[in-house]
Amino acid sequence: MMTETDAITMAGLVKSFGPTQALNGLDLVVRVGEVHGFLGPNGAGKSTTIRILLGLMRPDAGTARLLGGDPWTQTGELHRRLAYVPGDVTLWPNLSGGEAIDLLGRLRGGLNRRRRDELIERFDLDPRRKGRTYSKGNRQKVALVAALASDAELLILDEPTSGLDPLMEEVFRQTVQEVQRAGGRTVLLSSHILSEVEALCDRVTIIRDGRTVESGTMAQLRHLTRTSIDAELAGPADGLAGLPGVHGLRGEGGRVRFSVDAAALDAALRQLTAAGVRSLVSRPPTLEELFLRHYDRASASAGGRHAEAAR
Amino acid sequence: MNAFTGTGKLIRLVLRRDRVLLPLWVAFLCVVPVVFVSAFTGAYPTDEARQHYYETSVHTRAFTVAYGLLNGSSLGELVAWRSGFLTFMVGLLALLTVIRHTRTEEEAGRRELVGATAVSRHADLAAALIVTCGACLVLGLASALALIGQGLPAAGSLALGLGFTATGWVFAAIGSVTAQLTTGAGGARAIGVTVLGIAIILRGAGDIAAQVGDGPAWASWLTPLGWAEALRPYSGERWWVLALAAAVVAALSALAVALSARRDLGSGMFQARLGPAGAGPRLSSPLALAWRLHRGPMISRVVGLALVGLVVGAMAASLGTLMDNSGAAARQALARLGGPGTLVDQFLTPMMVMLGLICACFAIQATLLLRNEERDGRAEALLATPVNRLRWAGSHFVFTLLGPALGVVAFGAAAGLAHGLNTGAVARELPRLLSAALVQLPAVWLFTGIAFALFGLLPRLVAGAFAAAVVSMLFGWVGGELQLDQWVVDLSVFEHVPKLLGGDMAITPLLIMTAAAAALVAIGLAGFGRRDMPTP
Repeated sequence: MMTETDAITMAGLVKSFGPTQALNGLDLVVRVGEVHGFLGPNGAGKSTTIRILLGLMRPDAGTARLLGGDPWTQTGELHRRLAYVPGDVTLWPNLSGGEAIDLLGRLRGGLNRRRRDELIERFDLDPRRKGRTYSKGNRQKVALVAALASDAELLILDEPTSGLDPLMEEVFRQTVQEVQRAGGRTVLLSSHILSEVEALCDRVTIIRDGRTVESGTMAQLRHLTRTSIDAELAGPADGLAGLPGVHGLRGEGGRVRFSVDAAALDAALRQLTAAGVRSLVSRPPTLEELFLRHYDRASASAGGRHAEAAR
Repeated sequence: MNAFTGTGKLIRLVLRRDRVLLPLWVAFLCVVPVVFVSAFTGAYPTDEARQHYYETSVHTRAFTVAYGLLNGSSLGELVAWRSGFLTFMVGLLALLTVIRHTRTEEEAGRRELVGATAVSRHADLAAALIVTCGACLVLGLASALALIGQGLPAAGSLALGLGFTATGWVFAAIGSVTAQLTTGAGGARAIGVTVLGIAIILRGAGDIAAQVGDGPAWASWLTPLGWAEALRPYSGERWWVLALAAAVVAALSALAVALSARRDLGSGMFQARLGPAGAGPRLSSPLALAWRLHRGPMISRVVGLALVGLVVGAMAASLGTLMDNSGAAARQALARLGGPGTLVDQFLTPMMVMLGLICACFAIQATLLLRNEERDGRAEALLATPVNRLRWAGSHFVFTLLGPALGVVAFGAAAGLAHGLNTGAVARELPRLLSAALVQLPAVWLFTGIAFALFGLLPRLVAGAFAAAVVSMLFGWVGGELQLDQWVVDLSVFEHVPKLLGGDMAITPLLIMTAAAAALVAIGLAGFGRRDMPTP
């Protein structure tokens, strides 16, 4: 059920386009006031999910609630309260960037003139150029300025920094942080850039093949990551191979390398000390590994099971 | 690596992308002359019948404008003459195909992707030209073979077929030049189509002058359309005309290559200018945006139709006098073909039907603009604002109605004014021709309806409405004259438009067409309200 604390609730979403199954039981909950990372490999169903949220598409099954309303039937009134940056921004070839920003802002019910000019300045955008002459990054800036200059309570950003240079990416991060701190606004941020997600997001949802595979706070996710161990041992550590939660075990001479789930770390270290440790290098868990594990389709099933076990 | 490395691979890419479209239009254009053969042998089986048909048709100016000069009464000459308008279509298709594979690709950024591979600067241009010219050659040879198979003389059939080929080649080369000029494919198409339009007018004017034996008969020689005719299929072929076409093709292609070598990727000869830093106060609604997007093409179309209307109106009176001198037999025959009314009216009536077809194409084009907003992703950003999707579609719908309506008014008023000034009866002719143009509107809007229904239900097929318009035209035009069964003729929408010039007003068909158009639009909007956005 929808509660006041949730800006977006989606449950069991199913959507197919002919033979292609785009969404296959997707769940997504975004709480009011948080920046929520929405991650997944290309083709995982992120854009389809967003289009359902925007009332552009209708799911075959499942429920979707947006800001307490039905995204398909209450489209107009809900859109007054949100701003959207599409993943692949296309502009009107014969409208200038400034005209596109103003048009989108006015259609949304007005935009903050001072803030618009300030953002154009910060993103170093020339608003006089015609839509057809902008590069991908500049088109992205036009859409970002239009969205960030609004007073919308929910921002839906679909890979908003793709095509931006690192400097502009930093500007984007600062702006989102300001926006959120100032107004307590909710942001749904689809992104492939992990540093961006780590810097901005309170919680993340990872999807793959149209299904939610992971969801939680950053701290919870870190807990799901694996520590890499590289150790030189005095004797053989035969027990390691059979230990659940130990992955990619390789041994040569007296040396072993493996990665291990947080839950199995203790047991693995016991095995090592039992064999006698001469030297030990351990690398702390990174979110990147977790993400890559979920992005990698080949090891998909193994990763999924692992996550279940770790819970 | 020379200037054309990779052309072979790009040819395969072009063929792969056009594997349906290209064979379809080649096959269609091959079949039409064959249909004429069987239609003429069916309707005019004897030499006497054909001679009679020849005598009645040779002085009909509307035929001369549409088909060209009629040289004699043999079956071959009649078929070649009647196929004269096919060169317009060959030219148009060749032009659009070349632009589609050059400037459109460049504008979409795909040329950059391809150009970064081991493909040299002019390879895409060469590939587009080679495929288009190859298709035109296949079309020419296949038409020739088909006509020979029908028992027509081999030399004439080859001349007719190669006439198509030559026209296609010249317009392909024109397309390759216009593709270098503008940064947008739309602009390149507009320039190319304007050239084609001027070519049609010049050929018409030149041929009428040649027929009358007075005036600028040389005008036909200024156009590739005139060269196809100057080959004189079945009446003493003049093969050297092909050399003229080949020389022009070579010159235009060289010009295109030279222009392409001088410019940067994505740029044209006409550079894009800077726009305003912010939107004017009026650009604040979907309707204002739609106006902004439609106004350019709409104004140029309306102005173009007004100009053509002036020419047609100015020609009408002198034409009537000429035809009055052409003998009782001709007048009698015209009355049989074009219905009652004066000779001037019998010239103007098919012009009004052509107007209807052209405006129907404008209506479809305007609907395609809406579809392209969806396909290219711009609609998505717009519909994420509080704008309701029906309101968005409705704001474009206004212009699918208004654009053709203004076009019809411009043509009717211009033709009426010119004709009225000529005859000293503006007060009579202006309202008469204007209303004859206006009654085309329900038929035109019917095609808005078809395009909108497709947009709502089968969005990928909106362009199919063009096929409906052209086929509808052909059924009426060809069928009526070659005495096909009435039900075939009745399939043409334009056949049901009352012929006000010399005929009577009939309200019922207009009401039926308007109601059908409204129903189709309603079906389209209902479908659009329910379907997924964007459908790629």
